[in-house]
Amino acid sequence: MVTTFNKEAGDTVQVTVPVNPPIINISNLNVFSKKEHILKNINIGIPKNKITVLLGPSGCGKTTLLKCLNRLTDLHSDLRLEGSIEIDGDDILHTKKDITQIRQKMGLLLQRPYPLPMSIYDNIAYGLKIKGITNKKIVGEKVEKHLKEVALWDEVKDRLKSSAQSLSIGQQQRLCLARGLAVEPEIILADEPTSALDPISSRVIEEEFLQLKDHYTLILVTHILRQAKRIADYVIFMYYGEIVEHGNAAEIFDNPQTTILKEYLRLGH
Amino acid sequence: MTLRRKLEEKFFHALSALFALFIVFVLVHIIWSIFQKGISALSWQMVSQEPKGGFYLGKEGGILNAIAGSFYLAIASTILAFIISLPVALFMNIYLIKYKRTLTGIRFFLDVLWGVPSIVYGAFGFVILIYLGMKTSLGAGIITVAVMIAPIMIRAMDEVLKTIPIGLQEAAYALGSTKTETAYKIFFRQALPGFATAVLLAFGRGIGDAASVLFTTGFTDYVPQKLSDPAATLPLSIFFQLGSPYDEVQSRAYASAIILIFIVLVISISARLLSGAGKSRK
Repeated sequence: MVTTFNKEAGDTVQVTVPVNPPIINISNLNVFSKKEHILKNINIGIPKNKITVLLGPSGCGKTTLLKCLNRLTDLHSDLRLEGSIEIDGDDILHTKKDITQIRQKMGLLLQRPYPLPMSIYDNIAYGLKIKGITNKKIVGEKVEKHLKEVALWDEVKDRLKSSAQSLSIGQQQRLCLARGLAVEPEIILADEPTSALDPISSRVIEEEFLQLKDHYTLILVTHILRQAKRIADYVIFMYYGEIVEHGNAAEIFDNPQTTILKEYLRLGH
Repeated sequence: MTLRRKLEEKFFHALSALFALFIVFVLVHIIWSIFQKGISALSWQMVSQEPKGGFYLGKEGGILNAIAGSFYLAIASTILAFIISLPVALFMNIYLIKYKRTLTGIRFFLDVLWGVPSIVYGAFGFVILIYLGMKTSLGAGIITVAVMIAPIMIRAMDEVLKTIPIGLQEAAYALGSTKTETAYKIFFRQALPGFATAVLLAFGRGIGDAASVLFTTGFTDYVPQKLSDPAATLPLSIFFQLGSPYDEVQSRAYASAIILIFIVLVISISARLLSGAGKSRK
């Protein structure tokens, strides 16, 4: 399947849609704030079990798009959403289903870690408890499993009861990832998750992502071009609230079509 | 640096230091003069006995009535105000977080209430009291003082909750928390060390205020036994003793002030220690 659209006069873009079927289908999504038209007519499918990278300069609407996906936009009264976002066939913008259940389908990593004000153990157990899982044995097993999944278990197994804030910031971010995984999401949303981390911790998170894509769909917002090149399977390039180009990573990076993307890749920011 | 900038720097540095010293001096002077005038009258009898007949004329007795009354009143009204304030402060910062204008309005309203003189609360309490056909009593005082200190506590808690980053709220929702869970399981814990200060601030105003209890709690020479009894309070006790022409009674007033300051100091320090312990556990 080939989609064609015109971006600027003379710029015709041809993009092949990835092999995996989309898990999220966004159609005609428009987001307005009081003063601005933040997202303009977004139509895109997010492929399942791939790492999709939302790439673009600051202020282009990447984060807003990400937060639409689990309706964290609800926190802002001045944002108005139009269009539809289908996840598993459910239009989450108009569904009557419980929003908390929809959000549990998605883990979230933010620009810096926000551990819950409780122990390392409870940070992971919290999501399970509010889901209704209270059996201590099961909770304990899951805590261990997910801490191992993010390679944090060996570092914290002797101090599970100490506060999550006593961890280093890189460890905290991995804890936040484990906490998200514990509620068994299908999708992981990450908003520049390495921007507060040192290069080594950043690489650890990237490695995690590469391993997680076998079981999860990952959507990563970043403005670090090298990071995108390292881990992206599928790239959506945004500029001023619009999707300018999208396609498999190799096509986007090796054969950009629009002048904006070419310029962006050349400057490498 | 030019000479002018150097002088400017020196001048404002000296000015700040001078005023800071002045404030410390005033505080030390207040405490010193109270101690000087009151320490001689301070005795075990002062804190362990109710006033006997003729106490205000210089005879036997102590101010146990006022100490007990103030404790009952301040502790109960602080607890009552806490029960009112916690949901309000959390409501403002969880449910109303997206309605910025409404929030600004509520905060302004609370700030106005904070600034209302306590005698107005006292008069208001008194009117309600008459309307309900009640006597001046410990219970009426507790309610009046709780209403008076609740805006202080709400705003102080609100200031603490405001500092919690939106990211923590997003993280909580992303895990599937409801608003109530976010409020009481996450925000409450995150803000707990700061809440100690809020409670302390309200308690300090509650125990030290005379005007709000003047009409509502009344005054008595006995330790109150139940909520419907009138109760004495330290600020009013100090007021009545200071009004006496006898030197002996006046120095007892200063001794009572020492006791009041001591109580506030102990509560302050223990609250600081508690919240400090909370922080270091992080």
